[in-house]
Amino acid sequence: MKRTLRMEQITKRFPGVTACNHIDISFQTGEIHALLGENGAGKTTLMNILYGLHHADEGRILMDDEVLTIDSPQQAIECGIGMVHQHFMLVPKFSVLENIVLGTPLDREPFLNLELARKKIALIAQETGLHISLDEKVANLCVGDQQRVEIVKALYKGAQILIMDEPTSVLTPQETDELFRVLKRWTREGNTVVFITHKMREVIEICDRISVLRDGKMMGTLLTSEVNPDYVAEMMVGRCISLSMDRSEQAPGQCVLSLQHVSVENQQGCRALDDVSFDVKEGEIVGIAGVDGNGQFELIEAILGSCPIVQGEVFLGYEKISGLKTQLILKAGVSCIPFSRQKEGLAMEFSIQDNFILKEQWHMPYAKKGLLQKKAIKEKVAQVIHKYNIKAIGPETKVVNMSGGNQQKVVVAREMDRNHRLLLACHPTHGLDIGAIEFIHKSILEERSNQKAVLLISTELDELFSLCDRILVFYQGKVMGEVDKEHWEVRDIGLMMLGNRKEELERRGHDTNR
Amino acid sequence: MENILAVLTQEFFYAMIRMASPIILAAMGEVMLERAGIFNLGLEGMMLFGAFFAVLGSFLFHSAWAGVALAMMVGVLLGLLFGWAVISIRANQAVTGTAINILALGMTSMLARMIWGVMDVPLSVSSIDVFAIPLLHKMPLLGYVLFQHSPLVYLAYLSVPLAAFVLYRTSWGLKIRAIGEHPKAAETMGIHVLRWKYAMAIIAGSCATLAGSILSLSFMNLFVDNISAGRGFMAVVSVILGQWNPWGIAMGGLIFGFGNALQMRLQSFGIPIPTDLLLIFPIFLALIVVLISKGSSAARPSALAKPYYKE
Repeated sequence: MKRTLRMEQITKRFPGVTACNHIDISFQTGEIHALLGENGAGKTTLMNILYGLHHADEGRILMDDEVLTIDSPQQAIECGIGMVHQHFMLVPKFSVLENIVLGTPLDREPFLNLELARKKIALIAQETGLHISLDEKVANLCVGDQQRVEIVKALYKGAQILIMDEPTSVLTPQETDELFRVLKRWTREGNTVVFITHKMREVIEICDRISVLRDGKMMGTLLTSEVNPDYVAEMMVGRCISLSMDRSEQAPGQCVLSLQHVSVENQQGCRALDDVSFDVKEGEIVGIAGVDGNGQFELIEAILGSCPIVQGEVFLGYEKISGLKTQLILKAGVSCIPFSRQKEGLAMEFSIQDNFILKEQWHMPYAKKGLLQKKAIKEKVAQVIHKYNIKAIGPETKVVNMSGGNQQKVVVAREMDRNHRLLLACHPTHGLDIGAIEFIHKSILEERSNQKAVLLISTELDELFSLCDRILVFYQGKVMGEVDKEHWEVRDIGLMMLGNRKEELERRGHDTNR
Repeated sequence: MENILAVLTQEFFYAMIRMASPIILAAMGEVMLERAGIFNLGLEGMMLFGAFFAVLGSFLFHSAWAGVALAMMVGVLLGLLFGWAVISIRANQAVTGTAINILALGMTSMLARMIWGVMDVPLSVSSIDVFAIPLLHKMPLLGYVLFQHSPLVYLAYLSVPLAAFVLYRTSWGLKIRAIGEHPKAAETMGIHVLRWKYAMAIIAGSCATLAGSILSLSFMNLFVDNISAGRGFMAVVSVILGQWNPWGIAMGGLIFGFGNALQMRLQSFGIPIPTDLLLIFPIFLALIVVLISKGSSAARPSALAKPYYKE
């Protein structure tokens, strides 16, 4: 029997913004339902309301025709709703088993007798194919396994409706495929999946229906079989968006950045970068692909001189920069869009103009004889705001009050406006909406036409494919292989992200050809 | 040399066990609270309040146990007050704790003068008698050291296995630890984070005041200004020293008991060291312990001292 979970006229207001504005949506058993929208469209808020983490100001939730009261996650769980959050809700110091049973009454409450639970979980693992070792500490698991723990956790609590918030953003293509297989199989048994995402490809691959949200409003629900991706994208952003980028053909120039056999140790003394060598030339965008935490962070630190290099050398042009102080390296012509705009990129309580002049605050025209030239700064920043289309009241707006996209534009504007030869762009579009992503992609391509060298670190393969000239795949601090524009294939890059060397893949390829 | 060894008598170890008990009891309450992510620096003040109200209760009702009951009630109230400030209002935990310490020092001294006036010798009230455990106390050597104490001292030592059991062998403990590590995750697992935090604040408050009543009604039968004399801080330090594990914390408490007992013995031996220096000794020990254990904080609850926002 088909059952329907409906959310009617859901409204949620936060100070200064209506996150959800009279939203109607319904989920049927047995379907995978995509909730599509830009960042800040209200997808996560809507689902947090369904899971009892937020309380709707207006509206109600019904199962068939019966009204459900969901004021806390506890009640949501009792209604058979489970949620896998974008940032996993796992206690790293606990074992997998402890994480799964947490909060669920045990058979001999309050005693921590886990044998029965262990059996129950084994059964779930068998049915779904989600195998995990229960006694491992969560901190030691890779993200893919952590996600599996999250799913099993929801199923253990009896979920029949599973909300997944951006589940694929941390997975390799192979892990994504595996996840999709599991979800499809699970929904065939009469369960429901709500899939929050902004990736069109995934939506079309596995979802039955799509609901599109924009600015807290429901734009409509469509059947996947009847949609055209460009039309859905337009529904999401409210204007025409071209999903592919125009990039001109140009030959790379001289070598700007060169790493030669660089090794770096992290704080635990492990090799975070292991014998890494590559070049980035003028007018070239080189991408670094890989699951997060495979040495990308240390790579940037090594180039910027903020962590000691155990072995090897880094050159900027003909100048050796390894061993120099970060300040001198930046001055030599390195700009960087850091991994986290909020933690590293911006002083959140500062205004746009104060953030903008950072790194150049000693120099003309921003300072004269050590004194800030407020007027000159203000004029310059007003120009920048216009040029980069930053939505803010003025140069004195505090960045903490701006949206993520506009914050990132401030960082991008600062780094690109500086005198530089090399741009390090780390997750430049992480957590941004399509409009802002488009803008930042254009800016990066502009760097390329201006003959700058760009090193782009991203976990989004689509992004790398549409921008890069070459892609290097990182796995556990090593370069697994290099792929250039003519030869890339998602499958190969995915396999390299899982730790297979390019040469091995080619050898295997030859073997099967024979 | 002989002189120094002469310190280590049965009486010395008896004093060590006794002196460690209030520190251990207060620390057990504190570890439950810290495991739920709240850092209570106000332990010292809560102990002082406990010591005072225990004497007041004993004075008013002519019964030491009535004093203990009053102290516990005050502990519950203090726990609620502290909880309200740091959980609901999300005040800075260290500042709130310090405020409680200052409040306690001033308020107990003032109330004591208001109620009993200024006296040369403080008023004595009925105290809690030593309860020798049948048979066991006749054991050679250990009998005297371990089994001839006030019932509250036994309670303090029993609280150690109890805390360990609750933390590691029950689903309550799992929830409490999860709240201290990742409250948002606990919330999504259907756990009422704020309720648990309040519950732990109440437990910590009543353990602290109970420990205070040991000072005033078991060790003595009167209240003097600042009777806690840094023992609350030693309890806080024991929690760090014991790496948030009840058994380790008990060891930490015993080290401070050792320091306190040694200081007392050396005074009574008339060793030519100024009394003030001897009194500093256990606190000096605490300082060294903190400096040594600062680096190793893997066991520290990840969300300790961070206010939790529900939405």
